[in-house]
Amino acid sequence: MYIIVAGGGKVGYYLTKTLVAEGHEVLLIEQDVREVSRLSEELGEVVMHGDASEMRTMKEAGMERADVVVSVTGDDGDNLVITQLAKRKFGVPRTIARVNNPKNEQLFHRLGIDQTVVSTKIIFNLIEQQIETDQVIPIAALKRGNVEIVEIDLSNDSPVLGQTVGMLDLPVDTLIISIVRGDHAIIPHADTKFRSGDSVIALVKADREAELRDIFADTGSTR
Amino acid sequence: MRVVILGCGRMGSVMAKQLSDEGHDVTVIDQDPNAFRRLKDFNGKMVLGNGLDPDVLKRAGIEDADSFVAVTNGDNRNITSVQIAKEIFNVPKVLARIYDPMRASAYEELGIPTLCTTMIGAGLMVDFLLGKEWGEVSRYCDFQVD
Repeated sequence: MYIIVAGGGKVGYYLTKTLVAEGHEVLLIEQDVREVSRLSEELGEVVMHGDASEMRTMKEAGMERADVVVSVTGDDGDNLVITQLAKRKFGVPRTIARVNNPKNEQLFHRLGIDQTVVSTKIIFNLIEQQIETDQVIPIAALKRGNVEIVEIDLSNDSPVLGQTVGMLDLPVDTLIISIVRGDHAIIPHADTKFRSGDSVIALVKADREAELRDIFADTGSTR
Repeated sequence: MRVVILGCGRMGSVMAKQLSDEGHDVTVIDQDPNAFRRLKDFNGKMVLGNGLDPDVLKRAGIEDADSFVAVTNGDNRNITSVQIAKEIFNVPKVLARIYDPMRASAYEELGIPTLCTTMIGAGLMVDFLLGKEWGEVSRYCDFQVD
């Protein structure tokens, strides 16, 4: 794959380094000439000096044959223009933009940028998950259905230890899919008993998650 | 008319004064507080902040604005803010000032209204040097990009 990375800050640098190590053809475009010489020392031939939002630079970089364009500068305006021109003027099939202000994410999607990375939002979500759900960890959100697959690690104090699946008073719209015990994934039935250290994998409607937590988690001692 | 102007440089401040003196409701946004010194005896509103932040644009009253122009010294900033104004806030009349002729032409083709002051200025000067009459603005904006 030919991948063009715009912006040689920390994200652009490590991204380029990783992609090169994976054997991809990569070109990193950086505007600041001093940064370019520093980056070239580290990364070699893959660094190009120029304004990646300028049509001339884009042509020189061979943007029309790029498979992916990733714009990771610290400026949302630059990232939008680079990915937008890549997509609409050079027909690049896949464009990824870093969005610094989470409120601009919607705009980027509306303007046709394929993927956005909002680091503030990712970190915020991780914090929220930790605070909100304690031992119930969402592992997948099923698209549009408002349904999540969650994992619940049973602690030594979980109120369900020794009980069977059939004994639980589960909320509606909830299904226990599997119990992972050590290296084994058990497909549970009504008389399967819960043990300490089990990971319970469940399918749950997002608005029922709190009820599910109350059943499995030892909410008293962990807060 | 309610106008929001992004960028209180030479062009932004002159426009703001002119429109305000003609009785329009003008708000100017800039992220440098010193930029507002250019506005003397100005009756409009001044908002300090980043023009790519939808919250700042809201503070400037973009939700009720009739028009929005972006005249910061960053082409990409102008292009992006104009698209925020148009796509997110549905401002009916928008215009982005662009220095780079190729970028202006590319965005004009994508349906974003742009004004390339470089092409207009250069065209007027060339006509002056060649002793030609100055023509319509559109004559200077119509350029070829290789």
